[in-house]
Amino acid sequence: MLAWTIYISFLGAAGLLLLPRGSVAAARLLALLTAVAGFGITLTYFLHHQTGGMLTITRMPWVPSLGIEYHLAADGISLTLLLLTGIIAIAGILFSWDIDFRTKEFFAFYLLLIGAVYGVFLSYDLFLFFVFYELVIIPKYFLIAIWGSTRREYGAMKLALYSFVGSAMVLIGLIAAYVVAGAKSTSLLNLAQFPFSLHFQMMAFPLVFVGFAILAGMWPFHTWAPTGHVAAPTAASMLLAGVVMKLGAYGCLRVAMTLFPLGLGPWGFHVLGLGSWRDVFALLAVIGIVYGALVALVQKDFKFVIGYSSVSHMGFILLGLMTLNQLGLSGAVLQMFSHGILAGLLFAVVGRMVYARTHTRDLAKLGVMNLNKAIPFAAVTFVIAGMASMGLPGFSGFVAELMILIGVWRAYPLLAVCVGFGIVVGVVYIWRAMQKAFFAEAGVDSTPPNPPLPPISFPERLGAMILIGASVLIGLYPQVLLNIIVPALNSPLFEGLRKGSWQ
Amino acid sequence: MIAFPWITLLTAIPIVGALVLLVLGGRNKNLARWSALAFSFAALMLTLILWRHFDPASGSLQFQERHAWISPLGVEYHVGIDGLGLLMVLLSSIVVPIGMLASWQIEERVHLYYSLILILQTCLFGTFTALNFFHWFIFWELSLIPAFFLIRLWGGPRRASAATQFLVYTMVGSITLLLTFIAIFLATKKFDFIDLAALAQNGQLMTSVVDKLAWHRFTPEHVALILFAGAFLGFAVKVPIFPFHTWLPSAYCEAPTGTTILLTGAMSKMGVYGFLRILLPIFGAQMQIVLTPLLWMAVATVVLSAYAALAQKDLKRIFAYSSINHLGYCLLGIFAIMKFTGGDTTLIAEKYAAMNGVFLQMFNHGLTAATLFWFVAMLEKRSGDLRGLDDFGGLRKVAPVFTGLMGITLFSTLGLPGLNGFIGEFLIFKGSFPLVTWATSLAVLGLLVTAIFVLGIIQRVFSGPLNQRWISLPDLTTGERLALAPTIGLMFAIGLYPQLILGVINSTVIQMVNHLKF
Amino acid sequence: MIAIDYTQLLRLALPEVIVVATALIVMAADLMVLRRCNTRVRFAVAAGLASLGCAGAIVRILLAPEVDSILDGMLIVNPLTHLVQIALLVLTIFTLLFSVDSTFTEHVGEFVLLLLVATAGMMFLVGTQDLLVLFISLELLSLSLYILVAFNKRSAQSWEAALKYYLFGGMSAAFLLFGFSLLYGLSNSTNLTQIAAAIHGPALNPLLVIAIGATAIGLGFKVAAVPFHFWAPDVYQCAPAPSAAFIASGSKIASFFIFFQVMALGFAGAEGTAVLPHLVRGWIPVLALMAASSMLLGNLVAIRQTSLRRLLAYSAIAHAGYMLLAIVAHSEQSLAALLYYVVTYALATLGAFGVIAVVEQQKGGDQLSNFDGLGRQAPVLSFCLAIFILSLAGIPPLAGFFGKFYLFVTVLASSPGSMGLLWLVILAIAMSAISLYYYLRVLKRVYVAAPAAGSGEMRSPILSQILLLLLAASVLLLGCAPQLLLRWILAAIRVSGL
Repeated sequence: MLAWTIYISFLGAAGLLLLPRGSVAAARLLALLTAVAGFGITLTYFLHHQTGGMLTITRMPWVPSLGIEYHLAADGISLTLLLLTGIIAIAGILFSWDIDFRTKEFFAFYLLLIGAVYGVFLSYDLFLFFVFYELVIIPKYFLIAIWGSTRREYGAMKLALYSFVGSAMVLIGLIAAYVVAGAKSTSLLNLAQFPFSLHFQMMAFPLVFVGFAILAGMWPFHTWAPTGHVAAPTAASMLLAGVVMKLGAYGCLRVAMTLFPLGLGPWGFHVLGLGSWRDVFALLAVIGIVYGALVALVQKDFKFVIGYSSVSHMGFILLGLMTLNQLGLSGAVLQMFSHGILAGLLFAVVGRMVYARTHTRDLAKLGVMNLNKAIPFAAVTFVIAGMASMGLPGFSGFVAELMILIGVWRAYPLLAVCVGFGIVVGVVYIWRAMQKAFFAEAGVDSTPPNPPLPPISFPERLGAMILIGASVLIGLYPQVLLNIIVPALNSPLFEGLRKGSWQ
Repeated sequence: MIAFPWITLLTAIPIVGALVLLVLGGRNKNLARWSALAFSFAALMLTLILWRHFDPASGSLQFQERHAWISPLGVEYHVGIDGLGLLMVLLSSIVVPIGMLASWQIEERVHLYYSLILILQTCLFGTFTALNFFHWFIFWELSLIPAFFLIRLWGGPRRASAATQFLVYTMVGSITLLLTFIAIFLATKKFDFIDLAALAQNGQLMTSVVDKLAWHRFTPEHVALILFAGAFLGFAVKVPIFPFHTWLPSAYCEAPTGTTILLTGAMSKMGVYGFLRILLPIFGAQMQIVLTPLLWMAVATVVLSAYAALAQKDLKRIFAYSSINHLGYCLLGIFAIMKFTGGDTTLIAEKYAAMNGVFLQMFNHGLTAATLFWFVAMLEKRSGDLRGLDDFGGLRKVAPVFTGLMGITLFSTLGLPGLNGFIGEFLIFKGSFPLVTWATSLAVLGLLVTAIFVLGIIQRVFSGPLNQRWISLPDLTTGERLALAPTIGLMFAIGLYPQLILGVINSTVIQMVNHLKF
Repeated sequence: MIAIDYTQLLRLALPEVIVVATALIVMAADLMVLRRCNTRVRFAVAAGLASLGCAGAIVRILLAPEVDSILDGMLIVNPLTHLVQIALLVLTIFTLLFSVDSTFTEHVGEFVLLLLVATAGMMFLVGTQDLLVLFISLELLSLSLYILVAFNKRSAQSWEAALKYYLFGGMSAAFLLFGFSLLYGLSNSTNLTQIAAAIHGPALNPLLVIAIGATAIGLGFKVAAVPFHFWAPDVYQCAPAPSAAFIASGSKIASFFIFFQVMALGFAGAEGTAVLPHLVRGWIPVLALMAASSMLLGNLVAIRQTSLRRLLAYSAIAHAGYMLLAIVAHSEQSLAALLYYVVTYALATLGAFGVIAVVEQQKGGDQLSNFDGLGRQAPVLSFCLAIFILSLAGIPPLAGFFGKFYLFVTVLASSPGSMGLLWLVILAIAMSAISLYYYLRVLKRVYVAAPAAGSGEMRSPILSQILLLLLAASVLLLGCAPQLLLRWILAAIRVSGL
C-alpha cells in the first residue's frame, strides 16, 4: 500500500501536465491533494505498524536475466523519512501557493521529485534504488533553472552535475559489488550478506560513501549546496535542503554501511592520526559542522546563512553515522527528520515570507525595514525556527543533537569538543541573522516600513504551523520516532555493521 | 492528591494563557492586560491551594509525578516539590502579577508583552519543580527567550547591547552546564537529580566518574572538579556572583521595569535554586575542596556590589546592584553550610539556621525587590520616565502615601527588624558566623553600606527641599493602594511572624542539611 | 566447385530479396507513375510502399525461423541475425516515414531506392561470416550512404560532407581490404571461424599485428571511433535529416554487430588483454585505446558545440567508445549488452533527428538557439526530445540507463577476478557524468529559455508527432521493462552461439 505514495505522486504529475494551460487554481489544488494523499497513506501505515522491522510491500522480478527485482519495502528508518517527505511536500506546496508563472509545470516537476524521493526510501533492490536516486536529478534541475532566483541556471547546473558525479561514483561501486558477488542479484539483503573480501570493501566503501556524501553535503564536496539552495525557489529549497540532502545520508547508511561494513575497520596504519575510513569521515563531518557554522556567521545574504547552516547540520548527521553506536546512529536518523523539518521552515521564512515581499536578501537592507513590526508572524516563526535550529530544548533538534553528542563522546571524545564549539557558533550565527534581519531597529519607538508589506497569507501560516508542530511534537516526545528507528537498526540488515565495528 | 497532576496543571496554566492572548490579538489592550492578570491570579490561587495541602512535617518531595519519556537517554518526566520548591513557586506566583501590574503603562503590542511574561512564568514553574535534568534544562533555557525579547523590544535606549549581553552570558553558562550533565550521564547513565544526589552521597558518583571518564592526563579528582566548574559557571552567571555579574546592571536598567521585577524577583532565584537543588547535593565534595575561593567570591559580591550601589545615580541601577548584594548573602549562607566540620554535629543547628536564612532571604528579597521596582515604575509613570537620584527631592510633601510605603520597602531592604528583610539576613549571619567567621565579618560591611545608600535615597528623593518640578506629582491612586496593600502587608506579616514561612520549610531544610556530608 | 543450391539460397535470402525488389518497384513507380505529382505525395507513396516492403521482409523473417548456413558461412541464418535484421528493418521504416515531409530533393524514387539498397546491404552484412561477402556488403552499404549524404543538391555543405565521407571511407575500405587479404594469406580461408583456428598460436605473427591494425582502422571508421571519426561531425551536420538519421541509427547497429563478429570470431586467440598492468598485445588493447579516446574526445568536444547535430555527432563518437567496450569484453553477455545498447541508442538518436528535422523546417537551422522556448511552442515535440536526450545521457528509467548499466556490468564480469577492466568502466562512467552537462544544456534551451521574439507557434506535422511519440514510448518502455528486449536477445545468443 505504501507503494501508492510513489504512484500517486507520479499520477499527480502526469495529471497536472494534462491540465489546460493557465488553470492555476486547479493546479494548486491538485498538487495539494496529491501531497496530502501521499502523506495520508504514510501516516496510516505508520499508525498501524509500530514495529519498525522490515516489511515488504512489493516484490516481483523485473529483469530476471540479471537478478534485478522490483522490491519495495519499508523499515523504521524508511518510514521516518517517508513521513518527513510527506510533511515537507505539503508544506512546500502551501508555501508555493503564490507561484503564477507556469504553475502547472512547477507542481508537475515538484510531484515528480516527491515521487522519486518516495521511491528511494522504499527501494530494497539496489538497481531500483539507483533508478529512483538518479530520477531525482532532472526535476531538481528544472525547478531551479526555471523558477529560481540568483544565478539560477548556474546553480541548477552545478547542483545537477555534482549530484550526477556523486551517483556515478555510487554506480561504479554498485556495479563492482554486483559483479564480484556473481552478478546474480541486486537485492540489498542478498548483497549485504555476501562476504566481500576485506580488500574489496576497503576500496569500495569510501567510493560509495563519498558518492552519497556528496549529495549529503559533506565537506569538502559541499560547495553546490549553498549556491543551489540560494538559487532555488522556496519550495524547491525546502525540498532540497530538507529531503534531498537526506537522500545522500540515507544512502550512506542504507547502502554503503550495510554492504561494506568492514570498510569502516582499521587500516592497520595511521596517517596524520587517522586510522580508518571511519576516522576520516568523522573528521570531515566535524570540519563540515564547524566550517559551515563559521561561514554562515559572515554571510551578508540571508539565504546563504541558511544554506551554510544546512551544510553544518548535515555534518551532524554524518558524524552520527560514524559513531557506530546505537545512540549515535538513532540520533543521526532523528536528526535527518528534525533538520528536514527545520531547514524547510527556515527556507520558507527567508524565501517566501521575507524575500518574496521585500525582494532583497541583503541583511543590511532588511534591517532598516523593521520586519518584526511589518510581518510579525514571520519574525515569530523565524525566532522559533532559529531556536529549534540552534538546538534549544523542547524542539526536535535538541534531542537529536544530544543523542549524537553523547554518541560522539563515546567514540571520539576530542571531536565532541569541536562539535560543542560548532553548536556554540550555531547559536551565534542564527542569532546574528535574526537580529540583523528582523530586529535591527526593534523597539517601542521604531516605525513600520512604507509602503506596507503584504500580510502573511493563510497557506503560509498553515505551512508554518504544520512544520513547527512537527518539530515540537518530536522535541517533546521523540519516542514516537525512536520506537521505530531503534528496532530498525537492530534488524538483520545491519548485522554486518554490528558484528564489524559496533561499540 | 498525588494522583492528580497538580504541578503539571500549574505549569500549564500560564502557557495556556499565553496562547489565548496571542490568539486574542492586540486590538483590545485592556482585554489583554486583564486576561493576563487573570491567568496569573489563577496560578497564584493554585499555588495557595498547594501551600494549604502541603505537609510541613515531611521534608521529602510531595505531589510527585513520574512518567517514562525517552528511555534510551534515561529521561523521565519527573516533577515534585519540597519546601524549597514550594517556596519558589509561591514567590514566582506573587512576583509575576506584580510585574504585570507594573507594566500597565506599556502601549506597544500589549498582547505580545503579556504573553511573553506568561511564557516566562511557565518556565519558572517548570524550573522549580523539575527533577530530571532533561526537562529542567528545557525550562531553564527557554526562560531566556521571553526575557531576551522583553528587554529587546520594550527596553530603554541601550537595550540591544543589554539584551545581547544578557543572552550571551547566560547561554555560555548554560552550555557548560549542559556539557557537565552530559558527562555525568556518560558516567552514570542517569539524568535524575534525586538519583544523582543519592549516588553522590554514598560516593558512587566519584567511582563512576573514575570508571567512565578517565581522561589521560587528569586525575579523577580533577575531572570531578572540571565537571563542578562547568555546572558552577551556569549558576554563577545566573545569580550572579562576582565576577560574572557584569551583565546584570545594564540588563536590569534597560529592561522595562515590569520585566526588571521578573528578572530580580524570580529569575535570579533560579540561580540560587540551582545551587541548592543541584550543586550542593551532587557536587558537595567538590565545593568543600574549593570553599575558600568560593567564600571570597561571595564576600566580594556582597561588599563590592554594595559600594557600587552607593556610587550610582540611577535608581534602577542602585537597586540592581542592591539585588546582587542581597543574593550575595544567600551565597554566603550556602557556602558556610558546606564548611567541613570534621563530622562534628555541634554546629548543625547553625547550619540549619543558615539554610533557613537562605530560603527566607530568597523569598523576602524577591518580594521586596519586586515591590521596590514597582515603586520605581510608578515613579517613572508620574515623572515621564525620569528616575535619577538627583531628579527628585522632597517628594514626601506632595506624595506622602507613596513616600511612606516606599519607605517601608526601603527599610525592608535595609534589614530593619520588624520587616521581612531582617529575618533572612539575621538567620544567615547567625548561622554563618560560627562556621566562617572571617567571611561573615567582612560581609557585615555590606550591611553597613546598604544602610548608607538606602538612607541616602530616602534623603535625596523624599526628604529635603521640594523640587519645584514635582509640585503637582500625584500621589498613589486608590487602585494602586489596593494593589500594594497585600505586598506591604506580607512584608510586615513575615517580619513579625516568620513562622508563616519557616513552619513550611523547616523540615525540608533539616533534611537537606542532613544529606550533606560534613 | 562447391555446389550451390539456389533454392535454398533464395529461401534463406528472401528477406533481402524482398527489400531489393521493393526498392526496384518503388523506383519504377516513382519514375513512371508519379512524375507529375508534388514531392510530398511522391514521398508519401514511395515511403509507404517501401515501408510495406520492409514490413513484408520482417514478416518473412518472423515466419521462417531457421538455423542454417550455406556456402561455408557466406550466408548464415540464425535467431541472432534475425533479431538484428528485424531491428534494422524497423529503423528503416521509421526513417522512411520521417522522410515523408522532407523538402530537400525531388529525386524521391532514387532516394528511397538508395535507402532500401543500403538496408539490403546491412542485412547481408549481418548475415555473413565470410570476409568477401562482408566486404561487398559493407561497400554496398557505404556507397549508398555516400550518395545519400550528398542528396541535398542545393547545399554545398552537404556536398562537402559527402566528399569527406567518401574519401575517408574509401581509404578505410582500402585498409580493410588490405587487412582481409593478409588474413587470407595467413589462413587460406575467408571464413571467420577457420581464420581463427589458423591464426591461433602462442606468439603474435607480425603480419597478424598489421592485419589487426588494418581491420581496426576499417571497421573503426564505420563506427566513428577515434581516431577515425573526422567524417562524423560534418556528415551529421550537413547531410539531409533522414540520411543523417539513417547513418546514426541503422548503420550503427550493423557496423557494431559486424565489428563484434569479426573481432570475437575472427581474431579469437589473438586477443591479448587490456587488464592493467599486465597488458598483453592483441587486438583488445588496440580497441581499448580506441574506446578510451572516443569516450574522452567525444564527450569533451561535445561541450563546446552550438549546433545540435554536431553535438549529436560527438555524442555518437562518445557512445561508440562505450560500445567498443563491449567488444573489448568479447563475451556472450557483452554481446547481448552491446545489442541492447545499440538498438536503444539507435531509437533515441533517430528520434532526436526526427525532432531536428521538424525544427529545421520551421526555424531554418539546427543551432541551439533555434530550440529556445520549444517547450512552450511545441510541447509534444519537446517532450519527445527530452526523452531521447535523457536516454542518451543515461538517466533512468529510460532505456539508455539500463543499456549503460548492463554494458558496464558485462564488461566488468568478463575480466578475470572481475576487476581487470575496472579502469575502463570508471572512465566510461566518469565521461558519462560529464555528458550530462551538454545534454542538460540542450534541455535548458528547450524548457528554461524563453522563445525568441517574433517566433510564433510551431506547427509540427502529425505524422512526425505520431512517429516521435512511438519512439519515445518505446524508449521509455524499454527502460522500464528491459526484459522485453533482453529476453529475446539472450535467447537468440544462446541458440546461435557467439
